[in-house]
Amino acid sequence: MVVAEERAVLHGFKGHDVPEFDVIRSCVHCGFCLPVCPTYRVTGRERSSPRGRIWLMKSIAEGRLDLLDPLFEDEMTLCLNCRACEAVCPSGVRYGEILEASRAQLVQHRPQTAKERLFRFLGFQVLLGDMRRFRAANRLLRLYQRSGLRALARRSGILRLLGMEHADRLMPEISDRFVVADGSFYPALGERRGRVALFVGCVMGTSYAHVHEATVRVLTRNGFDVALIPGQGCCGALHVHGGDPESGRRQARRNIDALGSPYIDAVIVNAAGCGAMLKEYPHLLRDDHDYAERARAFSAKVRDAIEFLAERGLSAQPGPLPMTVTYQEPCHLAHAQRITRQPRALLEAIPELKLVEMAESALCCGSAGIYNLLRPEMASTLLDRKLNNALATGAEAIVSANPGCMLQLQAGLRARGERIPVLHLIEVLDRAYAAAPATRPAEALAAG
Amino acid sequence: MDRQALQERLLRIVGPDGIIDDPDELLVYEYDASDEVFAGHHRPDITVLPRTADQVQEIVKLANEFGVPVTPRGAGTGLAGAALAVRGGILVVMTRMNRVLEINERDGYAIVEPGVINLELSQLTQPRGYFFAPDPSSQRACTIGGNVANNSGGPHCLKYGVTSNHILGLEVVLPNGERIWTGGPAPESPGIDLTGVLVGSEGTLGIVTKVMVRLTRLPEAVNVLLAAFADLESASQATSAIIASGILPAALEMMDHLTIKAVEAAFHAGYPEDAGAVLLIELDGLAEIVAESADRVVELCRGCGATEVRVARTPRERELLWLGRKSAFGAMGRLAPNYYLVDTTVPRTKLPPTMRTVEELSREYRLRIANVFHAGDGNLHPLVLFDRFVPGEIERVLRCTTDILQYCVDVGGTLSGEHGIGLEKRDYMTLIFTTEDLCAMAGLKRSFDPRELFNPDKVFPSGFSCGEVNAIRQQAMAKRLGIEFV
Ligand SMILES: Cc1cc2nc3c(=O)[nH]c(=O)nc-3n(C[C@H](O)[C@H](O)[C@H](O)COP(=O)(O)OP(=O)(O)OC[C@H]3O[C@@H](n4cnc5c(N)ncnc54)[C@H](O)[C@@H]3O)c2cc1C
Ligand code: SF4
Ligand code: SF4
Repeated sequence: MVVAEERAVLHGFKGHDVPEFDVIRSCVHCGFCLPVCPTYRVTGRERSSPRGRIWLMKSIAEGRLDLLDPLFEDEMTLCLNCRACEAVCPSGVRYGEILEASRAQLVQHRPQTAKERLFRFLGFQVLLGDMRRFRAANRLLRLYQRSGLRALARRSGILRLLGMEHADRLMPEISDRFVVADGSFYPALGERRGRVALFVGCVMGTSYAHVHEATVRVLTRNGFDVALIPGQGCCGALHVHGGDPESGRRQARRNIDALGSPYIDAVIVNAAGCGAMLKEYPHLLRDDHDYAERARAFSAKVRDAIEFLAERGLSAQPGPLPMTVTYQEPCHLAHAQRITRQPRALLEAIPELKLVEMAESALCCGSAGIYNLLRPEMASTLLDRKLNNALATGAEAIVSANPGCMLQLQAGLRARGERIPVLHLIEVLDRAYAAAPATRPAEALAAG
Repeated sequence: MDRQALQERLLRIVGPDGIIDDPDELLVYEYDASDEVFAGHHRPDITVLPRTADQVQEIVKLANEFGVPVTPRGAGTGLAGAALAVRGGILVVMTRMNRVLEINERDGYAIVEPGVINLELSQLTQPRGYFFAPDPSSQRACTIGGNVANNSGGPHCLKYGVTSNHILGLEVVLPNGERIWTGGPAPESPGIDLTGVLVGSEGTLGIVTKVMVRLTRLPEAVNVLLAAFADLESASQATSAIIASGILPAALEMMDHLTIKAVEAAFHAGYPEDAGAVLLIELDGLAEIVAESADRVVELCRGCGATEVRVARTPRERELLWLGRKSAFGAMGRLAPNYYLVDTTVPRTKLPPTMRTVEELSREYRLRIANVFHAGDGNLHPLVLFDRFVPGEIERVLRCTTDILQYCVDVGGTLSGEHGIGLEKRDYMTLIFTTEDLCAMAGLKRSFDPRELFNPDKVFPSGFSCGEVNAIRQQAMAKRLGIEFV
């Protein structure tokens, strides 16, 4: 019995951003990655496993499957890019890299609908292309949320009509004030141990301004000058993950220009997704004559705030924080950056705080950038699973370290009517410091 | 075959989310963990993912009615192509049958469905003080059904024995569609030992739908030692010295320089990268005795020229050392895009000359060979590294592996079959079995599966497998035996 249909022309990978064949074939199909892949765990289908997806890529590269086969696109978007597979792969397959390239191929070669093009343009160019526009949009959102307009929209049913109900539920609460990379400088408290730049990013500055403030307080308290260097922008991760590496490269160059200062010891990031992206600039800009070398130097200085504090050690002792917490690992911290010990070490450094591990702490919560908007069904299955695991610990707070995860968890908890808070790990540390005998409070850094 | 009708009937059994018939999606069922150069690509006509034993039974009956081949599959981590639908037909993927049905600590057994992942069973029973002893390196991913079918081994089998020692009974759907139970919780059951027949039969005699496994008590104390040596030879001597001293380690594993390098790159497990070989020795049992044996083992290793002996201090260190070892095959992808794994056992005393021969053959054929193996029971796994796009390499690999196997058989060794014979190693069967031996096996197979629908073209040698590869292999064999091939 022969099943293969002969096709006249198969579309293969071509043009820019082709998934590297040597990376594809470094997969020895051992299957070690299957049990850690969220989409495989949920569906049980090989096509939705890392090994299956890599095989599909390979089949395209070998001319046995069409790039435009709907199956392929479906799998490339169902994949969360959580990179759990990469972290366990003994063969060192750089999965994230070939996934992102595959997505770029789809965007390049697949005819896009007008709606998609508009969505991409508005999202990637208008909104994320410049942080001033991003903040302006966020101010409008804040108005929508605070003015009673949202309550009205929700009551009226117009959201459902527009198909926006889901998006509305996931929308972050916009902070009262924004943190802006405006050149502010916060000197170290006590003995100075170094000077760092804070990467401000997008939603972290508008919806999690308080986390940025906490980060500045914790860093200065531990002897680091913190600079909010102007000129930086979005990290580019959403572009790269969404199949638009070219726009990602634009963001990368601008961040390197802004933050590549030799007077900075480290670029500190408190959003795991951005941190992972910043660390991958050398790959993103590998073919860029002017930037390839600079990207390497830049990325070598990038540190997640948690990683940095664990690496340099806490010079100030946190105060007691009598509470029970559980830790949800952001994929791009645990898998993409392989930072798993440090968050636990920092939590354990806080007196009286108790960490209860949840089951499957490293399984994706389903947020995955804008995944929860694109694949709501899988996202909510994973969110449910995550919340069940988290709540089963009986913790008083869920600690995480990435805005995407925090938004997702918060939305899920709200929907369930649960009151337990979701905190950024640095926030927890900041609270512990607030409970310690103070040296001098860092000035507020509100703007916007 | 009326494909349409078969599809329709299967759909009624397993439901729409349990059947895969899109030819493009079926691409991802054309491989397992074996190297595609040797196993080839084999796309099933239809894949089904049953959830219950009843469904499996219905599927098998249907296959009989339509006269189509049936191939059982677990997680697809097999290294011999045993889970490939060589003649198309229905591929039955058992991973959705993954419930643990009963854990009975008092009588020391558990009943599980075959899709349960090996390690997950141990993780579940550990808090209660028990574990499932067979621990193939693939245990994070492979299924218990696959372990049963391949009679899989693992590092700890040195002390605890292979899978067959830990299977008390099986529920199995036979090729004719009947469902039976074999064995049971009692240590000995009367009549012909069908459990023994089925374990290791590689899915050629039926589909296992429930497994009654023996649970083993966790030892009171565990100690893991890492000993580094300048070369394989001294590490082999240390192995012999340890076993000769009367100590039976839970595991005694060896890795050579190439493997150490690959594994370190993968996980920074903490192996000394400049060592020519390392031994990973696990001792378990009563705390006092373990401590005593550990001292003795350190002494013996030093006596054989160990340059460094380290004891894992924390559970995390222990885990890391094991993670390194257990990822060794997978890590080969870092050294070369393809590898061919030879799975053979030699008498322990023959280890040093065998290692020398492997090294010579590596030079002779200009192929890098990484060595990682269960030194304690002389089960070696030379991994021949190559790149299928380099002209002539495949041929050299086949000649080289045939030479290695032939040497092992010559010194009294055998094909270990730990990873299964499957599709890919079946032509080596003639190296160790006579025609009469094979006929006896074939007779058994026919009595279970007279229509030869179950996992066809596996285990038994055949003259027409995988065209070219087979021809090269036969020529290599013929050259060895001094026969001219025409
Ligand atoms: C990196 C790596 C390391 C490995 N290390 C070891 C090792 O240390 N020791 C070892 O022994 N093996 C090892 N293996 C080989 C492999 O993992 C084992 O053979 C394992 O038991 C296969 O399980 P599976 O679920 O993947 O089965 P599959 O590969 O899917 O199938 C294997 C065989 O089992 C049959 N089968 C599966 N389920 C059933 C069922 N329910 N009923 C009947 N037949 C069934 C299939 O038909 C096939 O013949 C390793 C493999 C890899 C990739
Ligand atoms: S673990 Fe790595 S090599 Fe193994 S199947 Fe997954 S991606 Fe491939
Ligand atoms: S990135 Fe995550 S979802 Fe995608 S294949 Fe890997 S483990 Fe699965």
